[in-house]
Amino acid sequence: MELKVRLFALYRERAGGNIVSVTVPDGATVGDLTDEIRRQIPNLAPPEVKIVVAVNTDYADSDIILQPGDDVCLIPPVSGG
Amino acid sequence: MIELTEKTLDPEKITAKVRRDTNGAVVTFLGTTRDNFEGKTVLTLEYEAFDEMALKKLEEVRQELMAEFGLEQIAISHRIGTVGIGEISLVIAVGSPHRKEAFDACHAAVDRIKEVVPIWKKEVYQDGSRWVACEDHEFSPADQHSSESHTH
Repeated sequence: MELKVRLFALYRERAGGNIVSVTVPDGATVGDLTDEIRRQIPNLAPPEVKIVVAVNTDYADSDIILQPGDDVCLIPPVSGG
Repeated sequence: MIELTEKTLDPEKITAKVRRDTNGAVVTFLGTTRDNFEGKTVLTLEYEAFDEMALKKLEEVRQELMAEFGLEQIAISHRIGTVGIGEISLVIAVGSPHRKEAFDACHAAVDRIKEVVPIWKKEVYQDGSRWVACEDHEFSPADQHSSESHTH
């Protein structure tokens, strides 16, 4: 399945756009998705930094299974306040 | 009681939302934009939010803290967009029958917001810019979700 992944702030700037299209197999997890995104955009985050993902506006652990149509967003370290 | 806005924040207006005759204490926190970082002059700040999720997480923080401290009035407003130096970027107002819960809940609210709400700030300098706290340190809001961790 193909997912349109939304990017914000630091990740948006590093990727050079606010949406990245990612194709993963059916049954793929959040972890599979971030692995694929790292392949597509190697400079997005250093290997030792975990890429945090939100699925349908909640933080999602890496073992969560993605569904077609999920709203998937990458969340760089937050700095509100 | 939750707001994301590009307009100037009015602390008196936000504080008024939590005033009740049954409350003996109101604590209002103002987050203001600083003009320096490690000796560099900051010219302005740019705040970006993932709006839908930020509003949802702000409301979750509010509900969690009201439950935890037994309170009924917490108001939170966060500014987004371009914010000049010395301006107010965050207002948290807590109304409570007694002062201790008001101080504690307000303190916890700031900490929780900085951990879990998808809002980012960029400091703009004369010769460049930097996403604050973003330079690739480990970050795991999903792991910090239990209400016990609010003192972090």
